Amino acid sequence: MEQAERMAQAKRHTAQATRSSIFFKKLRRYRALFIMMIPGFLYLIINNYLPMFGVMIAFKDINYAKGILGSDWIGFKNFEYLFMTTDAYIITRNTILYNGSFIILNTVFAIAVAILLSEVRRKLAARFYQSIILLPYLISMVIVGYLVLSMLSVESGYLNLNLLPMFGMEPISWYFEPKYWPYILTIVQLWKATGYLCVIFLAAIIGIDHEYYEAATIDGASKWQQIRTITVPLIAPTITIMTLLAIGRIFYSDFGLFYQVPLNSGPLQPVTDVIDTYVYRGLMTLGDIGMSSAAGLYQSLVGFVLVLLSNYIVSRRNKENALF
Amino acid sequence: MKTNDMNQPVVHAIFIILVALCLFPFVLLFMSSITEESAIVKNGYSFWPSEFSLEAYKYLWMQKSAMFNAYGITIVITIVGTFVGLLISALLAYPLSRRDLPIKGILSFLVFFTLLFNGGLVPTYLIYTEVFHLKNTLMALILPGLLTNGFFILLIRTFFANSIPVQIIESAYMDGASEFKIFYRMILPLSLPILATIGLMLTINYWNDWFNGLIYVTEPQLFSIQNLLNRMLVNIQFLQQNNLGNQQMAVNPPMNSVRMAMAVVGILPLLLIYPFFQKYFVKGLTIGAVKG
Repeated sequence: MEQAERMAQAKRHTAQATRSSIFFKKLRRYRALFIMMIPGFLYLIINNYLPMFGVMIAFKDINYAKGILGSDWIGFKNFEYLFMTTDAYIITRNTILYNGSFIILNTVFAIAVAILLSEVRRKLAARFYQSIILLPYLISMVIVGYLVLSMLSVESGYLNLNLLPMFGMEPISWYFEPKYWPYILTIVQLWKATGYLCVIFLAAIIGIDHEYYEAATIDGASKWQQIRTITVPLIAPTITIMTLLAIGRIFYSDFGLFYQVPLNSGPLQPVTDVIDTYVYRGLMTLGDIGMSSAAGLYQSLVGFVLVLLSNYIVSRRNKENALF
Repeated sequence: MKTNDMNQPVVHAIFIILVALCLFPFVLLFMSSITEESAIVKNGYSFWPSEFSLEAYKYLWMQKSAMFNAYGITIVITIVGTFVGLLISALLAYPLSRRDLPIKGILSFLVFFTLLFNGGLVPTYLIYTEVFHLKNTLMALILPGLLTNGFFILLIRTFFANSIPVQIIESAYMDGASEFKIFYRMILPLSLPILATIGLMLTINYWNDWFNGLIYVTEPQLFSIQNLLNRMLVNIQFLQQNNLGNQQMAVNPPMNSVRMAMAVVGILPLLLIYPFFQKYFVKGLTIGAVKG
């Protein structure tokens, strides 16, 4: 009896020992691989994980004298202040309306241009067109700010001094008139970003088997019918994925577009302020860390939920295309 | 067998309009930079210089030390950032691509999670400035963009896992090669296509980056070309006020054209080499979208 118990115990010990020794052996075997990953993980900790824990700033009254950790906890006060003002409503509305219309317009334009590109028979010409249409995507938003300024500058812009007089119109103080900016920003965004989506859709169109079109041509289908019944349905998965990915990021704006292009002009803020510019201004210009970190966490959390949600929808349609 | 084509002249006509729309702003920018200042004041920026002048470029040449300094900063951060970023990415992606790595699932998730959630600007800024004291350092222009998040790592990992046969790695290991040797003698050479593509994307990101300079750098000596342009956009007088350039300056610099000339100088290098890398640029964009 006692012996049996002792034997069982010994067995357990050896099992444990072998298990841990296997583990250590494995660790030794893979030591080099683990060492390789150190710089990368160290970086992700500094650049990504520390800030994730740093979101607690939103629940604190930051006082530089006391340090980040030493500052007093104030619960949801920062959020109360943020949502009591109309700011929260305005920046959320602007962010969603702008990004929502960008998603729709970009997709429609990019599909149209991609289909047209695939119709260009001379390959050299097609490549030339594609490079030029993609060019705006390559340059930085600062440069875009200059390009827009050369058009809209009040004293010397092309529009005020050359285009508007042609139609007998008075000069417009573009950078002080909010009503034009939803259109200006949409046009600039479309100009800059269409090329990117177009490249993606074109890659999908090129992947379509040519035989479909040959068969359709034999059956006497017109070009328009072919586009409607072959091209669009076959690139639909790509369209869906790109759209859902964009919806997952609808709470994040292109900071440069909303900051550089309107030249950070105060009178325009009601129509150009989005969550990203609000957070930036709170932190860098107003020094209102509480408000700005609350808005930032609001963005991160809603953004997180939207990414999960849109990915869930993608994965239900097609597991292959899901991000995870 | 030929399919029916769209009416080619019509298609080309549409593209000529689109191409023109894409290029016009650049043409306006360039033409404005070579227009006589008084003509700009009178007629505004226009597509054809009513009075041709290189004054703006002469003025910039007088300020060349500021321009060269900014270009120097941009070149340094671009080269260092791209190289270190690629190295760290590849070193992290390779072990994660190995099916036999212990706790691979957890580690991959840690990389992946950075794509889903981020702390946002405020905590990131405070950690870089208050904890690591990177304000007004060259590091502040390099560090934030190295990996940004785990996206490129996952792309490289997929490439490693799909295109490098496990048998090669195993037989090399059996022959006594160390993991590091396998990595730099076999994996890196075999994965040049993906590394070149990602390297190009990193290069463009660093070259175009103005955001990190905007929030982390207030010292004009540390401005990259994008940051210099950024300041000049809001404040034309920036070069003069900060005495960045030569002391002997024009009394009345032709500011309207100088501004545009600055922007031309800022994009010129990118435009000049664009024809040579646009093929790889397109490739980089599509592998990024059609995920790994």
